[in-house]
Amino acid sequence: MRLLGYLGQWGNVAKEAVDRSMIVAKFLCLLHVTNNYLCSPTLVYGPSMLPTLNLTGDVVLAEYLSTRFGKVGLGDVVLVRSPENPTRIVTKRIVGMEGDTVTFLVDPMNSDRSHILVVPKGHVWIQGDNIYASKDSRHFGPVPYGLIQGKVCCRVWPPDGLGLLA
Amino acid sequence: MGTQNFLWSFAKKYFTFGLIALTVSDRYASIVPIRGVSMSPTFNPRSSTLTGLTDDHVMVEKFCLEKYKFSQGDVVVFCSPCNHKEKHIKRITALPGDWISSPYAHDALKVPEGHCWVEGDNFASSLDSRSFGPIPLGLVQGRVTYIVWPPQRVGKVERRIPQDGLPF
Repeated sequence: MRLLGYLGQWGNVAKEAVDRSMIVAKFLCLLHVTNNYLCSPTLVYGPSMLPTLNLTGDVVLAEYLSTRFGKVGLGDVVLVRSPENPTRIVTKRIVGMEGDTVTFLVDPMNSDRSHILVVPKGHVWIQGDNIYASKDSRHFGPVPYGLIQGKVCCRVWPPDGLGLLA
Repeated sequence: MGTQNFLWSFAKKYFTFGLIALTVSDRYASIVPIRGVSMSPTFNPRSSTLTGLTDDHVMVEKFCLEKYKFSQGDVVVFCSPCNHKEKHIKRITALPGDWISSPYAHDALKVPEGHCWVEGDNFASSLDSRSFGPIPLGLVQGRVTYIVWPPQRVGKVERRIPQDGLPF
């Protein structure tokens, strides 16, 4: 009789534990979906997007809906999975969509030599705003649209730089 | 009042289920159908006109996306470089730094850093790296591990390294 009582007690405890962990699991799922399908804050750093983004760590809000529906256009700042190292994500600006003609300086530090090329189907041409210190399409060529992860829509940190990014 | 409550709990249940399903399919594994014959005989071995609507369904695992470590012979799902809405399933035949014999130029080609060379098992009808070149590893969406449907074809997908000397 006592044994049954204990069992019943433990049963309740187990049930409670399962319920609690289900709530946590659901919350984590919601977090994952929001982070991957709606928007998420991202810390960006590096010299390649000066003067739009600072050298040492701006927090920007990236949204994923417009990428998913193919609404990313010319002049948008985007997060792109680097074609040279898939574990890195870089921030660049779209300079040419598929079919556009792009003119770019090959080596702006030393010469004025420029190239003209047409962006192939399903690709985009990305460049950093600071063309002197940016590794972008000028090195690795046009990138497939599938590598674009999200569109940067506004800056949230530092507070005085708060606002939409054009 | 009663029906409203019922509808509310119904909607909540489905929403939760959707959230969980989406998370699992993004992070762990998902099941996708295979269309076309570009990977036959590994998938869809007979032509689809004979078998009707029994396309193979395969399980795709996503754990490999954490480190992007692949080995030669893995079957992977990736976004087409020409159209981001299309997904293709092909076999990786060369990894960064490997040399590959280029089909058109008749010379060797080095696969660049962060890219891989993918080819279908069915050389005759497959749109793959032989037409669009090496693809960035970032386009890869997962690795195919098991065939789960139809029942008579359930089994593991082996890692197979195609022999050299491609039949052109």
